[in-house]
Amino acid sequence: MSAHAYKKKNPIWDWLTTVDHKKIGILYLASGAFFFLIGGLEAILLRVQLLYPEFNFVGAETFNQLLTMHGTTMIFLAAMPLIFGFMNAIIPLQIGARDVAFPFLNSLGFWLFSAGGILLNLGWFMGGAADAGWTGYAPLSTTSPGNGVDFYVLGLQVSGIGTLIGGINFLVTIINMRAPGMTFMRMPLFTWSSFITSGLILFAFPALTIGLALLMFDRLFGTQFFAAEAGGNPIIYEHLFWIFGHPEVYILVLPAFGMFSEIIATFARKRLFGYSAMVFATALIGFLGFMVWVHHMFTVGLGPIANSIFAVATMLIAVPTGVKIFNWLFTMWGGKVSFPTANLFAVGFIPSFVLGGMTGVMLSVPPADYQYHDSYFVVAHFHYVIVGGVVFGLFAGMYYWWPKIFGTVLNEVLGKLHFWLFFIGFHLTFFPMHFLGLMGMPRRVYTYLSGQSLDEANFAATIGAFLMGLATIIMVWNIIQTAVKGKKAGNDPWDGRTLEWAISSPAPEYNFAQTPLVRGLDAWWLEKRAGNKAMVPAEPLDDIHMPDASILPFLLSLGFFIASLAAIFANWAIAIGGLGVVALAMILRSVIDYHGYHIHKEDLPDEGGEGK
Amino acid sequence: MKPESMNKLPANPERATLEGKNKFLGFWFFLGGETVLFASLFGVYLGLRNATNGGVTASEMFELPLVFIATMLLLTSSLTSVFATMALKTNQFKRMIGWFVVTGLLGLAFLGLEIYEFTHYVHEYEHTIRSSAWGSAFYTLVGTHGAHVFVGISWLTLLIIRNLKRGMDLYTAPKFYLFALYWHFIDVVWIFIFTVVYLMGKVG
Repeated sequence: MSAHAYKKKNPIWDWLTTVDHKKIGILYLASGAFFFLIGGLEAILLRVQLLYPEFNFVGAETFNQLLTMHGTTMIFLAAMPLIFGFMNAIIPLQIGARDVAFPFLNSLGFWLFSAGGILLNLGWFMGGAADAGWTGYAPLSTTSPGNGVDFYVLGLQVSGIGTLIGGINFLVTIINMRAPGMTFMRMPLFTWSSFITSGLILFAFPALTIGLALLMFDRLFGTQFFAAEAGGNPIIYEHLFWIFGHPEVYILVLPAFGMFSEIIATFARKRLFGYSAMVFATALIGFLGFMVWVHHMFTVGLGPIANSIFAVATMLIAVPTGVKIFNWLFTMWGGKVSFPTANLFAVGFIPSFVLGGMTGVMLSVPPADYQYHDSYFVVAHFHYVIVGGVVFGLFAGMYYWWPKIFGTVLNEVLGKLHFWLFFIGFHLTFFPMHFLGLMGMPRRVYTYLSGQSLDEANFAATIGAFLMGLATIIMVWNIIQTAVKGKKAGNDPWDGRTLEWAISSPAPEYNFAQTPLVRGLDAWWLEKRAGNKAMVPAEPLDDIHMPDASILPFLLSLGFFIASLAAIFANWAIAIGGLGVVALAMILRSVIDYHGYHIHKEDLPDEGGEGK
Repeated sequence: MKPESMNKLPANPERATLEGKNKFLGFWFFLGGETVLFASLFGVYLGLRNATNGGVTASEMFELPLVFIATMLLLTSSLTSVFATMALKTNQFKRMIGWFVVTGLLGLAFLGLEIYEFTHYVHEYEHTIRSSAWGSAFYTLVGTHGAHVFVGISWLTLLIIRNLKRGMDLYTAPKFYLFALYWHFIDVVWIFIFTVVYLMGKVG
């Protein structure tokens, strides 16, 4: 190691200033897990409130806040950062890169996200959290009393900028930083789906930025965008929100699809069936994802022509999604399938997600949607796709890539217990909700009356939620156990197929001492079949250039945090001061030259020592 | 040719290094996101442009000569930034800085006109961001563009001050090139604002 690396760094300062994509990945994963636990706790409180008819556990007002914050937290503060965590930790390794394209911006993206996430949750301690639903529809959100919705608006705005930055970073990383021979059609499916997700982020998030900005203007500055009495139009907000909101669904689920594609192929010990069909199906889903937002607004009254066009577009998405489902099944067909926890989650995902997809097609029929709209049927549908798709994917990815990220293996016995409790709890919670919805129980209402045949299904759903909570506790216990005395993982514990398994676990700071030469799809598997112990290098051993750490991303995000908090309480002097910190950090970034440093080739460990 | 251009730099100095290539591509993506941002604002404006709440209307308020001058200032500044980019590609640092200074001054004049225009509307017509939904949409769309011009001028000023003594190399070339890209983008947005807000407001 170089003299630089030997210099003992203060660990806190190191984590605050790091620009290493692997450390930023861990930061994303840790904060995503934290918010996942908070969002889960909120869900359990919601379910306790609905345990019995006319039950009084948290009451209507708190229920509205819990409901809003559960949705917002799970989508923006749990699922998004967890996905970004895996993208950061894995993608540069999968494409044979030493780093991401913009290490500084990568760090900035993380700190902006966490500033926004903390801001959003501060509402709980400062007069009540947001209570207008995760969609924040106007005029409910523009007239909601107190500051809760202001926390929502500004928290999402700040974290949204971070997400956008992250999306651009991964687009450029995947296009420009691939190793020699890593053509687009040799990229692993997780990289492909993250690439398409990054594109969706780029074109979807600005619409949310505008929707939230207009909401903020209406609330803080008295503009009239959504005030019908002054000629404003609240439908505009619904359009802006869903132009973002529908692609967001695919932003979340496509990376999970990518994870499943790799995990299923690895544990079937077979090449992924229909690789190019998978790639094109992913791209098609991404493209169609922008064409269907009005299916969230069928009951608004946009007319039969608009509704029909968007209904047909929505149904079209079932085609590429079906292609994917069959490809996963055919990948397992005739394979030597084994079922460690990662693959249990991957295989458990298939029937769960298909159920969610079926109800999705049902919802895409406008006349039927008039019946389902705003009922528990919709709640059942989107939890089947988001939990059954995204959360299962994140769990599968966690068990699969944990060794590469942390160098230890999660306990399989606890892992399997986690899977079965979660799988059963998940279906017990959400399956009865289909029927609750069909019987007319409206979503987002804090209680229901007895004697309407709603009691048993609600009780079952709450028991299911407890099971998922128990499963999560076991997962946390597993993580603690593994962190304290986990079994050391080898470089390639699953006999993997892709490049990340060709290097040591955890990966060294510079990822690859020599950039590898990629000779086909499933590059590492090919080399192993050819009898090679390591990848063939594409370059001679040389000094490795590394980026400089910087505290500026943290400071810049802190500036946004201060400015937003002050704006919520209309303290404009401090708000301008916060923006001044932002401007100062940007100016410093522009004026200071960051030349980076080199790890000298003499300081790299021996070739033999690396490949073990 | 001038002696200044004799230093050898590759044909596209802004994209000659991996860092430059990354910045070039990343900035194009950023502009893609900005396009969606402005498209959303245009959509909002089109939805609310007749929501005058009983106040002044667009055809009563807008004066095309003023907007025409502003448009010419901004279009000319785009032309001068093209001259600057040509100087960048031929490695004539001083000439590039000169054209960029002209670009910045034209941008500043545009911004001055816009500030005058806004205060004029507020005082003469009592047309404010709160007076009607149209007012909200107008000031938000045109104001967001104006904020972009302001950010651009600040960025350019900082760039020139920081790099005046460094001259042209593979490290500074991408920095100036990206600014030129950004400047063209806000120019293109203005052409849409001129058409959708002012022309359609006057005759649409």
